Amino acid sequence: MAALSVGDLMVRYGSVTAVRGVSFDVAAGSVLGLVGESGSGKSTVARALVGLTPATGSMRIDGADLSSRQARRRVQLVFQDSRSSLDPRYTVEQCVAEGLTGVRGRAASARVAELLDLVSLDPAVAGSRPGDLSGGQRQRVAIARALAARPDVVIADEVTASLDVSVQAVVLNLLRRLRAELGLTMIFISHNLAVVEYMCDDLAVMFDGRIVEYGAVGEVIGRPEHPYTRSLLAAVPEIGQRRLLSESDVEASAVTDPASAGGCAYRLRCPIGPAANPEREICVTTEPAATAAHAHHAACHFARELDHPVGPRG
Amino acid sequence: MTAAFRGPRPGRLLSGGVPLLLILLFVFLSVAGPSIWGEAASASNVAEANQSISAAHWMGTDDLGRDILARTLVATRNSLVLAVVATIVGGCVGIGLGLLSAMSRRLGRALGALINVLIAFPALLLAIFFAVLFGIGSVGSVLAVGASFAPGFARITQTLTASVVSKEYVEASRVLGRGPIYRTFRHILPNIAEPVVLYSTIHIGTAVLALSGLSFLGLGVQPPVYDWGRLLNDGLTRIYVTPGVAIAPSIAIVLAGLTFNLAGERLSDLIAGRRSAPSARRSQPRPAEPAPDPAGDGGGALVDVRHLRVTYASADGRVTTPVRDVSFTLAPKERVGIVGESGSGKSLTAAAIAQLIEEPGHVEAERLRFMDADLLTPDDSTRHVLGRNMAMVFQDPGEALNPAIKIGTHLIEPAVIHLRESKPDAKRKALDALRAVAITDPARRFEQHRHELSGGMKQRVGIAIGLMGEARLLIADEPTTALDVTVQRQILRLVDRLGARTEAGLLFISHDIAVVSELCDRIIVMYAGFIVEEAATADLLESPAHPYTSVLLAASPRMGLDKSRPLVAIDGRMPGPDADLPGCYFAARCPRADATCLSDRPPLRELADGRRAACWHPLTEPGDVPTSEGATI
Ligand SMILES: Nc1ncnc2c1ncn2[C@@H]1O[C@H](COP(=O)(O)OP(=O)(O)O)[C@@H](O)[C@H]1O
Ligand code: SF4
Ligand code: SF4
Ligand SMILES: [Mg+2]
Repeated sequence: MAALSVGDLMVRYGSVTAVRGVSFDVAAGSVLGLVGESGSGKSTVARALVGLTPATGSMRIDGADLSSRQARRRVQLVFQDSRSSLDPRYTVEQCVAEGLTGVRGRAASARVAELLDLVSLDPAVAGSRPGDLSGGQRQRVAIARALAARPDVVIADEVTASLDVSVQAVVLNLLRRLRAELGLTMIFISHNLAVVEYMCDDLAVMFDGRIVEYGAVGEVIGRPEHPYTRSLLAAVPEIGQRRLLSESDVEASAVTDPASAGGCAYRLRCPIGPAANPEREICVTTEPAATAAHAHHAACHFARELDHPVGPRG
Repeated sequence: MTAAFRGPRPGRLLSGGVPLLLILLFVFLSVAGPSIWGEAASASNVAEANQSISAAHWMGTDDLGRDILARTLVATRNSLVLAVVATIVGGCVGIGLGLLSAMSRRLGRALGALINVLIAFPALLLAIFFAVLFGIGSVGSVLAVGASFAPGFARITQTLTASVVSKEYVEASRVLGRGPIYRTFRHILPNIAEPVVLYSTIHIGTAVLALSGLSFLGLGVQPPVYDWGRLLNDGLTRIYVTPGVAIAPSIAIVLAGLTFNLAGERLSDLIAGRRSAPSARRSQPRPAEPAPDPAGDGGGALVDVRHLRVTYASADGRVTTPVRDVSFTLAPKERVGIVGESGSGKSLTAAAIAQLIEEPGHVEAERLRFMDADLLTPDDSTRHVLGRNMAMVFQDPGEALNPAIKIGTHLIEPAVIHLRESKPDAKRKALDALRAVAITDPARRFEQHRHELSGGMKQRVGIAIGLMGEARLLIADEPTTALDVTVQRQILRLVDRLGARTEAGLLFISHDIAVVSELCDRIIVMYAGFIVEEAATADLLESPAHPYTSVLLAASPRMGLDKSRPLVAIDGRMPGPDADLPGCYFAARCPRADATCLSDRPPLRELADGRRAACWHPLTEPGDVPTSEGATI
């Protein structure tokens, strides 16, 4: 088991700043969830951690810097779409073996068989090509390949987003079992809050490249402090609840671009910010900072005023 | 609407076996030519010099009396070997440059610019330039032609590589700690090989022409060695006296050029054909078991569908059936949801109602009606009824908007065409519609184009367009699937409010049963092209009758799950549209399946409480849901 620590991570794509000073710790063997709307920077954080995107800031695993290629192998990423993350030209065995180092021939085949068994795949699929497998099987091959590198940290970026619900559960159960059996530390990225709640210990909510709320998953979902988290929770569709049509935590506007720099990036949509209460000028002039003093914290000037429970179960 | 018969393409024969035969001939000549005709080609006989075409010398003789035909045949080896070597040289240099420029952050831009400059020059001009640079002779000319090919190879490699490099399997390889050389040989080269090989084949033909040109100009092969270009050079002065001396090498050059070009095209046809090759066996459509009709005779219904079937015939005669048997009605003002996993036939069912199935698709039904219009025999008035009364919103909101046309034009079109309103009236209505869907600054948006709008805004415009035609039915096909939950919520609220205001019926399609249950009065569950269950929303959620529905509900994650227990899961995959099973299509994944299920198709039956399900062993008791263990297959 290994702990992951990220400090002041910053990623720029040309003139766009996709991640603006993100810091978090993931305790050894625990699962951190990352939620937020598309474009909020979740995938960019993941790509920076595995070295696919140049970034500034500190990334450490058990205190050791993550910049060498050897250290990088300790962090593995499982992609959203297994159709594109597995090279269609190679067999399942060849795909998984790509993650192995220092073993060849018979030993490699044996190790691949072990890994396929670990992800509950029939060893008979070793000779098939990814195109012949179902989405759930393919995603398990991708997980087996990541495990072949013997990682301490696994990042799962929307790994079930392109699967049908009945199969999604197979992959989620597998990830939970692997985490327990192998003592993996995980970052679990998803837009599905119910899944995140089920899978994670801690939760970070991202908006416009920043973490706007952070805390134990039960705390954040049970007592959300940031207005964005509350809108997010109010928007989760739930079977037979008819909550989406209710009036609670409706965003103030439908604009999707974040506000210009200077104040709070969420201020144009915030249901309790200046769009609804013009006297709250501080939201326009001053960027709210998260107070890391509390284990559960939110980057909002008026966070503490929202202590009545809301969310799906409220 | 049957697929048009496709005869063999004209020229198929030419591009088929003939190039292959010619290539074999050229290979044979290159290998055996010098040993068979070598003597005849080099035996000079001054007495027979400069002869014209004759029985002894079919193509005449040169100024030393050597047989031109023999010399042409013998020259095949030199001409082709040099052409192949030149192509290989150009290919290696070009592919290397292309790979470097696509993969290296530092070198990429400079190399790309260089390639751009070089590619602007005609290849032959470059070849002449390089020939002068590298010196006269075979080596020089091969290098020159190779160098002139390099920019083309670099460009195609660069383009192909750029698309492969960003593929996630290449990124995954990087994450696994694999270096650039490994990635190049393991993933990039194999995935760009096919087009590059094609390109090379075509370029062998071009290389024959280019090398012949250089030799003809005296820059290439030097005597006593000779290739076709050299022969042509020797013979040209006598072309009017003894035409054979120029004609023989000319024919050889043209034939070789054509052969490799055609072979390249044939290869690319073959590869394209293999890509689209059938992945499954031929399946014969069989008549579906007739399901009982939905309650009532459908009189007064907005939509009335009986035994709808959608098939697709491919060019080679295979038939797939993505919609196998669908029957339902939708009453005025009613909100019906269709759920099912991707590929279950939801969208095609909606498309059939909206008359959007195009060739080679084929719609069959016992009845397919929208309001008064019979959609099985559409005419102009049908189209008018549809245009005026049916609105559609799609998953990709951009798709419905023509990028070249202003948002405003999209909005006023239905009103102007179907309701014959004046443009100013229509515009006033359009601005109201934009305001109704919460679009800020509607006058400005009216003048904008699709690329200027965000995803949520495009979806809102789609709904606003629906509002313009006084629609009686709104069909929404996964309208929120690509959107974030907060935007999804806004859109759903909008659909709800507008539905209440206009009293239009709603057919809402989604893979997410939670979303559907927010909006709809009744839910239809589809699986593998069949309706497997249909019930009022509350009944379906509370006590699903079909095992698939129950698994779908149990497997859908919800807030507050017990973290100490595994999720209800069901592995496996839905049979595709090419499957042809005698029994229940869910049997392979169903925890309740027995022998009957495998051999007999369960009809969609009316259950006691007014709901319908297609199952031999429906879950009758509300609590009778597969358990987590039970359902994990
Ligand atoms: N390759 C890229 N080039 C330029 N901008 C990018 C690139 N990838 C992502 N971005 C931008 O970075 C921001 C964060 O994106 P991303 O990390 O993918 O968010 P998420 O995963 O939360 O949806 C977005 O504004 C996105 O448009
Ligand atoms: S700082 Fe102001 S605008 Fe930003 S989230 Fe808090 S209340 Fe809303
Ligand atoms: S008919 Fe049989 S296999 Fe099909 S759903 Fe019902 S019980 Fe399962
Ligand atoms: Mg992402």
